[in-house]
Amino acid sequence: MLREKYEQEIEAILARYPVKRSAVLPLLYLVQREYGYCTEEGIREVAEITGVSPTEVREVVGFYTLFYDHPIGRHLLQICDDLPCALRGADELVAHAARRLGIRPGETTPDGRFTLETVMCIGACHRAPAMQVDLEFVEHVTPEVFDRIVEDLSRDGA
Amino acid sequence: MGRYILLRHREIADLHRLEVYVRHGGYEAWRKALTTMTPDQVIEEVKASGLRGRGGAGFPTGMKWSFVPKDVFPKYVVVNADESEPGTFKDREIMEGNPHQLIEGALLAAYAIQAERVYIYVRGEYRSVARRLEAAIAEAYAAGFIGRNVLGTGYSVEMAVHLGAGAYICGEETALLESLEGKIGHPRVRPPFPATYGLYGKPTVVNNVETLANVPPIILHGAAWYRTMGTEKSPGPKIFCLSGRVRRPGNYEAELGKITFRDLIFGEEYGQGLLEEGRAVKAILPAGASAPMLPASALDTPLDYESVQAAGSMLGSASIIVLDDTVDIVWAAYKMVRFFQHESCGKCTPCREGTYWLRRVYERIVAGRGRPKDPELLESIARQMAGKTLCPLGDFATSPVLSSLKHFRREYEDYLRRAVETPAGVPA
Amino acid sequence: MAGTVRIVIDDRSIEVPAGTLVVDAAKRAGIDIPVFCYHPKLEPAGMCRMCLVEVGTIQIDPQTRQPVRDEEGRPVVRWMPRLQTACTTRVAEGMVVRTNTLQVQEAQRAILEFLLTSHPLDCPICDKGGECPLQNLTMRYGPAESRFDYWDKMRQEKRVPLGDLIILDRERCILCGRCIRFQEEIADDPVLGFSDRGRGMEIITFSDPPFASYFSGNTTDICPVGALTTTDFRFRARPWEMTPIPSICPHCPVGCNITLDVRPSARKGGWDILRVMPRQHEEVNEIWICDKGRFVHHFATAEDRLRQPMIRRNGELVPVSWEEALDRVAEALQQAGAEAAGIAGDRLPNEDLYLFRRLFEEALGSPWVTMDPPVFGGEWVARYGVGVGTDFGRMGPGSLVVVMAGDLEEEAPVWFLRVRGAVRRGARLIVAGGKPQKAERYADPILRYRFGTEALVLVGVLRVLLEENRVAPEALPRLEGLETLKQGVADYPLEDISRQTGVPVEQLKAFARAIAEAHEVVFLFGREGVVDGEAFAGMAANVLALTGHVGRPNNGLLPLWPHANTQGALDFIGVRPLPEEVPVLYVVGADPAGDGRAMPRAGFLIVQDLFLTETARMADVVLPAQSWAERDGTFTSGERRVQRFYKAIPAVGEARGDWEIFVALALRLGQRWLYLSPEAVMDEIARTVPRYAGMDYGALAWTRPQWPPVGSSRDLYFGGTARPNTAGLGRVWASEAEAPEARWPLFWKAPEVPSEEAVLVVPVRRLYHEGTLIARTPHLRSWIVPWAARMHPETARRLHLEAGQMAMIQVNSQAVRLPVQVDPAVPPQVLMLPASLAPRAGAVQALPVEFRVEVGDGALPH
Ligand SMILES: Cc1cc2nc3c(=O)[nH]c(=O)nc-3n(C[C@H](O)[C@H](O)[C@H](O)COP(=O)(O)O)c2cc1C
Ligand code: SF4
Ligand code: FES
Repeated sequence: MLREKYEQEIEAILARYPVKRSAVLPLLYLVQREYGYCTEEGIREVAEITGVSPTEVREVVGFYTLFYDHPIGRHLLQICDDLPCALRGADELVAHAARRLGIRPGETTPDGRFTLETVMCIGACHRAPAMQVDLEFVEHVTPEVFDRIVEDLSRDGA
Repeated sequence: MGRYILLRHREIADLHRLEVYVRHGGYEAWRKALTTMTPDQVIEEVKASGLRGRGGAGFPTGMKWSFVPKDVFPKYVVVNADESEPGTFKDREIMEGNPHQLIEGALLAAYAIQAERVYIYVRGEYRSVARRLEAAIAEAYAAGFIGRNVLGTGYSVEMAVHLGAGAYICGEETALLESLEGKIGHPRVRPPFPATYGLYGKPTVVNNVETLANVPPIILHGAAWYRTMGTEKSPGPKIFCLSGRVRRPGNYEAELGKITFRDLIFGEEYGQGLLEEGRAVKAILPAGASAPMLPASALDTPLDYESVQAAGSMLGSASIIVLDDTVDIVWAAYKMVRFFQHESCGKCTPCREGTYWLRRVYERIVAGRGRPKDPELLESIARQMAGKTLCPLGDFATSPVLSSLKHFRREYEDYLRRAVETPAGVPA
Repeated sequence: MAGTVRIVIDDRSIEVPAGTLVVDAAKRAGIDIPVFCYHPKLEPAGMCRMCLVEVGTIQIDPQTRQPVRDEEGRPVVRWMPRLQTACTTRVAEGMVVRTNTLQVQEAQRAILEFLLTSHPLDCPICDKGGECPLQNLTMRYGPAESRFDYWDKMRQEKRVPLGDLIILDRERCILCGRCIRFQEEIADDPVLGFSDRGRGMEIITFSDPPFASYFSGNTTDICPVGALTTTDFRFRARPWEMTPIPSICPHCPVGCNITLDVRPSARKGGWDILRVMPRQHEEVNEIWICDKGRFVHHFATAEDRLRQPMIRRNGELVPVSWEEALDRVAEALQQAGAEAAGIAGDRLPNEDLYLFRRLFEEALGSPWVTMDPPVFGGEWVARYGVGVGTDFGRMGPGSLVVVMAGDLEEEAPVWFLRVRGAVRRGARLIVAGGKPQKAERYADPILRYRFGTEALVLVGVLRVLLEENRVAPEALPRLEGLETLKQGVADYPLEDISRQTGVPVEQLKAFARAIAEAHEVVFLFGREGVVDGEAFAGMAANVLALTGHVGRPNNGLLPLWPHANTQGALDFIGVRPLPEEVPVLYVVGADPAGDGRAMPRAGFLIVQDLFLTETARMADVVLPAQSWAERDGTFTSGERRVQRFYKAIPAVGEARGDWEIFVALALRLGQRWLYLSPEAVMDEIARTVPRYAGMDYGALAWTRPQWPPVGSSRDLYFGGTARPNTAGLGRVWASEAEAPEARWPLFWKAPEVPSEEAVLVVPVRRLYHEGTLIARTPHLRSWIVPWAARMHPETARRLHLEAGQMAMIQVNSQAVRLPVQVDPAVPPQVLMLPASLAPRAGAVQALPVEFRVEVGDGALPH
């Protein structure tokens, strides 16, 4: 239960807004932190905390790309293949990544460690090709850099 | 005064720290406004400066503030830090390097319209940037620049960061407000405009990060000083985001109208030329994917709102993506159409269906299965969308289609000719 | 004209109220601007973009303030650079609109072509085929063919259940959001939403259970395509095979206007009711009905309807001919004569109730007829019921609605919708009750009193009104009994009232002031937990009369009666105690035994009904009656609106109309009754019963055009499949206070208040409480609320009861057997029972209970 576990954090989030519904997005991030993705249980909890209907919370999960309604890998590898990055080799990087992990973009490795995604522009075009690893920027990504990231994160405990 | 007005952190180490910022004149404008100026005077000063919104539309900022009704409370200031236009990364640098200048600008906006809260809506992918910003806000709270009874003046204002969750459309101001209210990012029908009916239905000013970063120097040094930079109609400094096939991509601060595309791409202190020797510029995207592309003949257009418009496009967020002669224009247009299809919120019919349809046609063309009539079809779909959508995204989506067909129709025809002979894959 | 503006649409100059949407203004001028997402009952969304038009403004010379004119003398129009959506643009003085230019036509074709890129065009198998706005508008405005690749169409699920009642066809959905907005804005059950975005957008529900709303069926009417269909009707018929018969919903006091769409049945040569749809009546139900009204019609054609008369022989009920049964009944009645007694249910039509009463009074000379269930307050409704012309749709700022001792959504769902609408427009709502309810979401204040003290709460309100001199000046000369009331009230200090009722003094004051200050007040009262019904209704009447809120439209009492014709039963039969023992008892359309109500012991019992009820099982003669669908008749709604329904299907088996049976008996008893139809009965009523003066069938069938125009040939698109009303708006009989010189009597009696120690039985109504009629609609099965005794855990502990156990609850001389349900939301000291099991014959009352709790596993009643 979020409410017990994150009581103070939830209070702090709610206190930021005059209307509880505004807390839906921040609370869904909390749900993902707790459950790994937006579980039905988590959605209902957010609905209860904010007094919004569960359907309205579910709408939000469906609309935004950073919310997941299904389990994803422990690490999220998001490679930008939008025009600016693609002008500097992003498509090749994606192909390399898919080969390296043995999955297609959108999929998760069978061990549940990595989810690979291609994403639209992430605001790192001047350091293309760029990606985010668990939402942290990694820029000027070459195939070697990518492999190193995968190795680092493949070590146990990571 | 140094070379930079917005990207001052490039000259001053650790400017993101409050103590450093204050040592270099930080929050002086805030103090000045609070202690010596009325809210209306702040608005007048910004009006006089001629500052225009840096979020894309170039709307005069002071005028926007003056539309806010005086007698309705509460009011809000919302900072648009959604920065999701392909090729745009300027707001990110401000928030990472010079966050206090944004905070100070947002505070000045709040004081000017007598808002009680400021939200900074940061795109979800900028989580690390948001942390930097939050740390800066915490410092400013601790120093008494934000909060109850600021600097003993009796004015109180709160500020918080709100993280988006992956949706370009939330850069559109009314979709952003919906998102901030905890809903899906469907744009609202305008009018009413946010100035009268904004966040929670209350009067709200929405400004871009860079716009607000301009405000502290304007208040501190005055409108006349500000107008010494830029042109008559486009005064002040601007950050140009340069990306694509150039040697030195990055953010470059320059006065509006004082440099041309050519200066920016080839200049020693800017892009230093194309990525590969011996190549030529084929096309320029002046404002990410949203504004029509221009052919190389536009290289000498000065970079200000009027000139770029006269050249047939828009300066918008000034996110210049350079396409050299290695680039397949049809493929580039496809990439951009794919972007808009992915980001179409789906609320209105022409954008939802039109972007999907466009994408399908592009897919078959770049896959080498195009049909002879496809260029006409693309043009007609785009025209069927243009001017009919609920928000500008749908219009944006037609820009790459119509402009590439206008300037590079030959490339489409080449594709279709090849399509019959050798079915090709997506070129790299 | 004040508040209006002059605009030009397609070269026609028209005057419309300021703020009107261009699309509505055009419609009023007879000009069609096609729409999909717009619906005149919903907030505009501007999503579909079908309604794009050219909009401009006549340029005005700032000096002369006259229009600037071109060389040819025509006013110069400044056109907006883009087309505008007519559904979101509001008219303004000097606006010029063009709806039929090439540019507009091109846009309409473009949007339709886009919409059809997703659409499967499976009209030939679509339930909406033939009544579909998309189909209509495509014919009229659409492109000849789609250039979109058929193989590019997204294959999407064609059968997505949104709960038990509604199915979504994702391919057909054009994402107009009407259903979502209906649920949010009108029903206030935001249980539908959009998931995903762009082309992936789809309608979802995430409530538990899915699509949790009493109003879900309305979304299928306003869906402009065939994307939403009901599980009940889906694929059962094409619209043109069915005959729509105008009718009135038989389930609650609102009296929603409906149509029964019928078709000869494939099996057994009978007819089927295929669906129930709302029929427009802006003053009653607008274009809505609740799901009970829509889906609970299967009982009429149920297999287990009584089809033949039966007589008890050797302890068994055996089928006999009508002749034999009628002879037997007539003989028994004749013998009992003036000692015969009758009970008539309040679902019977007026014509039948009227004849039943006459049968007893004239043919038998017996005064012993009463209605079932016995309700209180009828006389006050007759005096101070809402004025003729009352319409929630016209209530807004300055209006007040009070709901007391009843659950608005559960007991009169469409009134709930309409009150919510009034609140959205600015009306105020006060809810006073012993338990929470949905309407409290908009109530200010919410008064929570101890069950059983409702009359006392109103004594408190009266005291405030009197102390603060808030008697309305225009009321003063008309009031009668003011002194007595003042003296009576004087014995009740506010602090005492507050302590006994549990309502803070400040709230009592706020309540009283709100009533006194409102321009208009409609006071809805129910029976939930009411102990002293006489005093409660009387005090409510006092409050309204004192403040002058009677005798005018949008003012007065509005009873939450239990059934569709309770008012008619009051008008024609009334409540009268019967002797404890009678020689012959004739029960029509009522089931006192099944409902645990007292009924006289009878030497000979005659039961006339649709089903073999508990009471019928005990009968000596059982007569099969017709349902409302098999005959003509009228019901009188809670607002006293007399409305006609029409015969929709032939009689089931040998069932006869109740009126017909009464006529046959009267003839056997020597009366010379010559009624050939209910119409003839109503003709007589209209001539002889003052309240019903002039209400013959012709008068009741009168209609006039309504706004918005839906469903008719005037409407290609507004209402989806909503039905126009061509069969009559009915008529409301005037309350006594409306007469020009009427006196306004007041009431006084010290209210009976249960002791604070007593445990109260509180009858509660739920829309889907299990019952004879609802049980025959399989689609609602999962919604049915089983009968139970609900109580606070603490109460259960005190009574040594556990959840799930069967308990025999003895209330005075009645005993009901129910499973125990424990619920912390129930106030302590209270046992909530289903209202149809009203624990004492008579009013739905709550009385101090003597407990004799038997624990066992005995069967439920029914
Ligand atoms: C589809 C769309 C995306 C937009 N994205 C952004 C954005 O990421 N950042 C931004 O500042 N403005 C964006 N805008 C512009 C905003 O709607 C708005 O005009 C701006 O925030 C106003 O601020 P300004 O006056 O300071 O420029 C976008 C507009 C549209 C239609
Ligand atoms: S134009 Fe596109 S993004 Fe804008 S409202 Fe329409 S569907 Fe949404
Ligand atoms: S946009 Fe006007 S009817 Fe849909």
